[in-house]
Amino acid sequence: MNALPLLSTVIWLPIVAGIVILFTGSDRNAGLARLLALVGSIAGFLVALPLWTGFDATAHGFQFVERAPWIETFNVFYHLGIDGISLLLILLNCLTTVLVVIAGWKVIDTRVAQYMAAFLILSGLMNGVFCALDGLLFYVFFEATLIPMFIVIGVWGGPNRVYAAIKFFLYTLLGSLLALVALIYLYLAAGNSFAFQDWYALPIPFYAQVLVFFALFFAFSVKVPMVPVHTWLPDAHVEAPTGGSVVLAAIMLKLGGYGFLRLSLPIVPDASRELALFIIVLSLIAVVYIGLVALVQADMKKLIAYSSISHMGFVTLGIFLFNAVAAEGAVIQMISHGFVSGALFLCVGVLYDRVHSRQIADYGGVVNRMPVFASFFMLFAMANAGLPGTSGFVGEFLVIMGAAKVSFWYAALAGTTLILGAAYTLWMYKRVVFGAVANAHVAALVDLSAREVLFMTVLALCVLAMGIYPAPFTEVLHVSVNDLLAQAAKSKLP
Amino acid sequence: MQTLYLIVPLAPLLGAILAGILGPLIGRRGAHSVTIALMLVSFGAAAAVFRDVLDGHTFNGAVYTWLASGDVRFDIGFLIDRLSATMMLVVTFVSLAVHVYTIGYMADDPGYQRFFSYISLFTFSMLMLVMSNNFVQLFFGWEAVGLVSYLLIGFWYTRPSAIYANLKAFLVNRVGDLGFLLGIALILAYAGSLDYARVFGEAKQLSGMTIELFTGHAWSLATVICILLFVGAMGKSAQFPLHVWLPDSMEGPTPISALIHAATMVTAGIFMVARMSPLFELSETALSFVIVIGAITALFMAFIAIVQNDIKRVVAYSTLSQLGYMTVALGASAYSAAIFHLATHAFFKAVLFLGAGSVIIALHHQQDMRYMGGLRKYMPITYATMMIAALASAGIPGLSGFFSKDAIIEATRLATVPGAGFAYFCVSACVFVTALYTFRMMFMTFHGKARFADAPTSGGHDSAHASHGKHAAHESDHVHGSDQGNEGDHGHGSDHAHGAIPHESPAVVTLPLIALAIPAICAGWLIGPVLFGPYFGASIVIAPEHNGLAVMAKEFHGVLGMMQHALFTAPFWLSLTGIVVAWYLYIKRTDLPAVIASRFALIYRILERKYGFDEFNDWFFARGSRGLGQGLWRFGDAGLIDGVMVNGSARLVAWFAGIVRYFQSGFIYHYAFTMIIGVLLLVTLLFMQG
Repeated sequence: MNALPLLSTVIWLPIVAGIVILFTGSDRNAGLARLLALVGSIAGFLVALPLWTGFDATAHGFQFVERAPWIETFNVFYHLGIDGISLLLILLNCLTTVLVVIAGWKVIDTRVAQYMAAFLILSGLMNGVFCALDGLLFYVFFEATLIPMFIVIGVWGGPNRVYAAIKFFLYTLLGSLLALVALIYLYLAAGNSFAFQDWYALPIPFYAQVLVFFALFFAFSVKVPMVPVHTWLPDAHVEAPTGGSVVLAAIMLKLGGYGFLRLSLPIVPDASRELALFIIVLSLIAVVYIGLVALVQADMKKLIAYSSISHMGFVTLGIFLFNAVAAEGAVIQMISHGFVSGALFLCVGVLYDRVHSRQIADYGGVVNRMPVFASFFMLFAMANAGLPGTSGFVGEFLVIMGAAKVSFWYAALAGTTLILGAAYTLWMYKRVVFGAVANAHVAALVDLSAREVLFMTVLALCVLAMGIYPAPFTEVLHVSVNDLLAQAAKSKLP
Repeated sequence: MQTLYLIVPLAPLLGAILAGILGPLIGRRGAHSVTIALMLVSFGAAAAVFRDVLDGHTFNGAVYTWLASGDVRFDIGFLIDRLSATMMLVVTFVSLAVHVYTIGYMADDPGYQRFFSYISLFTFSMLMLVMSNNFVQLFFGWEAVGLVSYLLIGFWYTRPSAIYANLKAFLVNRVGDLGFLLGIALILAYAGSLDYARVFGEAKQLSGMTIELFTGHAWSLATVICILLFVGAMGKSAQFPLHVWLPDSMEGPTPISALIHAATMVTAGIFMVARMSPLFELSETALSFVIVIGAITALFMAFIAIVQNDIKRVVAYSTLSQLGYMTVALGASAYSAAIFHLATHAFFKAVLFLGAGSVIIALHHQQDMRYMGGLRKYMPITYATMMIAALASAGIPGLSGFFSKDAIIEATRLATVPGAGFAYFCVSACVFVTALYTFRMMFMTFHGKARFADAPTSGGHDSAHASHGKHAAHESDHVHGSDQGNEGDHGHGSDHAHGAIPHESPAVVTLPLIALAIPAICAGWLIGPVLFGPYFGASIVIAPEHNGLAVMAKEFHGVLGMMQHALFTAPFWLSLTGIVVAWYLYIKRTDLPAVIASRFALIYRILERKYGFDEFNDWFFARGSRGLGQGLWRFGDAGLIDGVMVNGSARLVAWFAGIVRYFQSGFIYHYAFTMIIGVLLLVTLLFMQG
């Protein structure tokens, strides 16, 4: 065991950095705030690296475990630990934070300190969700993430930001209130324990499993988001500043998928298996229905938001197929979606910063002015369309392969993303990037700055690396996913 | 030797990266030098591998583990046998020729480096596809060539027609890819591996299995898998009804039409089916499906070629028809004949395309054959090489196309799968049509009266010319010229007015033509060993009951014997008739075609509209899915979910609060009154219970 409590560092270092940044105060010290944020986020990423190097991919159970009493009256513990699934998500989160800080470097010029602080604190809180092994701790982190994001959308957002922020907040809050009820039920049923381990071992009668399943389902399905509780996402994305969209798409949505894996499957396995068809149907609807809806969006951010929902359909589909290939595909899809949708939102941000419009119709022929940008955008668009050789392919491929084992039609319906995903992504790309210079705004565009090339390159390398050689990513998942599926296969009926 | 295997695909990849990323640094000369040098390396390595394979050394092994998941491992690896070695040789050779030709064709294009990067990237992808020993890598190469094709069709990205065509090509291919991927998924689900060797090893077990796609209907698993895989081939190899993208792909620069859309990429589907012969042999139904689709493509696409006036489109429809031939051969279990025709076709069709390109440059991007004519005087080398290719394409004995096509027709005659009779009729009739449209093109282009002075000032086909002028003004401040390229942009100044005397193209254009014309003549002479000998060995499996080739092998008495024999068979005379009819209509009585067109106006219209597929697809699929998406969004998302459920519940809360608000009036006697009523109610309840 490490001397340094790594997980605590990964959680609290960004939060402390964020609080320190808040003390830099007004925008007169904006430069200092930016610098601190960069240092803090990079430090946050660096302290997460030992998790990767020190992780034992062959070991069962949770690693880097920390445990200390927190609220002794209620038997609540500050209990942390990670498996392969959380490991990848933490790394993705830490990397994204660095990129968001760089992306917001020049663009944000009001309340810089608060903006940067919000993202760093958010980053720490989300790491907390991925590390928590105690129900109440999990819930506190899970809910706390709402606040910085609410502020980010509400303060630095677009013209309709208040509606979007409140919709986002209420939607997700209502979902998770039901989860709180389930957590309290489990706490009582387990004899006053919030420990996940106790809940995993706890036999639960079927009707109670179903109730707990649905309570958790509401919390997580809103986050993913799944049809039909997805309509907050397009609004939130459209109004959020670029950085907000990136974090929302890249990490926050993953809290839902992660919740299904960490809580629903192992705690209520019988209900999960019985109700799998329900989730599968919703997931397939997400892929097809949302794919069609994405096709007709006139706003680039809305289009990418809908494409996110469609891609997250693969995550929930993969999780509830109950085979290793599909489940690993689901996790890979979460990571890849983090890179790709993050990158696409950054691409839209780059255009928005210059032209101040997200409407596809306001563009055309961007490639004539921004060839470097067009190349990056092409790569990310192709990744979004699931082209082999990019990360976008790996998750979809594995989930489709896993689906075919269960039913040909699941695979066939999920596979329509091959056509729909390409159609909405490339059609948008065509209208925005190709063609002759459409108007004076486009004619005045300047290609990427060094700063922008930097974060685009990092994401491009991630997308390509994961597409060409995904084995290291799945290696850390094998044991965790297999154990999880074994748990989910065992009946917990008393 | 293993290092050599790696060099073959990696050299072009390196070239692509260097030319693509360092393009502005190394300049034009640097870009073409480095990519061509690396292509030479690749070609040399492929030739060495080919010799090694002829010596009997095959290889099947992994390079690295791409991914392991559950109990499945997905490796990236190579399968080097005679089938893949043949393909490697054809691909690298044609690609090398096209690289050289590009120096001339794209000389004035601002996107010069980008172009070299793309064609090298294409070569890499195609090589990964043919060298693969597993389905994942096959799919990778499959999609990667699709990507490069997308990039290249849209190379002149300011042209609306080009960026329409590239999107269309990508999406139509994706329809095929969906089938392909599902086929792969079923293979993994039932065979437990995606490694060719292991899957083929399981073939026997697979043949007995059934799958219930609809409850109560058990279908043979092999049939379902093979048809799904073939749907992929239909996309990539442009088989009816997924052929619609190929003619539009002619929007790309001509070297691309030759390299990708005639010689190599479109043959990927043919190659794939040949590679999968152990699976296809399990299903009579799948073979029957293949042969019928191929026959329809061969004949009906050939008809369209007769009415086209754009020289590149004639060649494009001819490509579709020839791909149909190859598909028919696959359906007739004559896999080696399909690959053989693939190779000969690669040569003669590349010549036709590059020759057409040479004509197009000489006429300053005029593609309309009505404004050509009499060019043989001005462009003797182009004429001679194209004539060889045209004769080969028409199947005149002695040239490469004759041998491969005759073998296909004969194999189709001997085939026993349902639909073979129909296919035999189609491929025979198509011989006449092929000769007719090919020589119509030759006569209109090179013979008769020179009409290039009659051309309207704007290049007939390039509708983008006009729109180009408009934004050229604010383009001019841009240093790089910003890849504003379109064909009108090739720096042919006003001194090259239309109607100037055309002249033969430079050596970088004619040398590749000559280099490709040689195999277009003599590649066919190898028919003996390739088709009837043990050439392909174990790479192709044919069930004994399908083996028409074995029957043909008994009747085969050398190349000369086959040519002699051909003089007494229908295809030869059909072909000759086709040439004569073309001569009569387009040289002797040039007034007749118009008369025929008006006499058979309906048929002419149908052919001119290409059977209406484009209109139908635009209306049904493109507009249909947009309409559906729009409807779902307005009704489902905005109406039902947001309107009723989300904002509805918000309104409900507001309404409820609005009512409850009245109780909070601030007057003490209201509260007192409410309390009294409450107490009364409670007391009443208590009494009723008691």
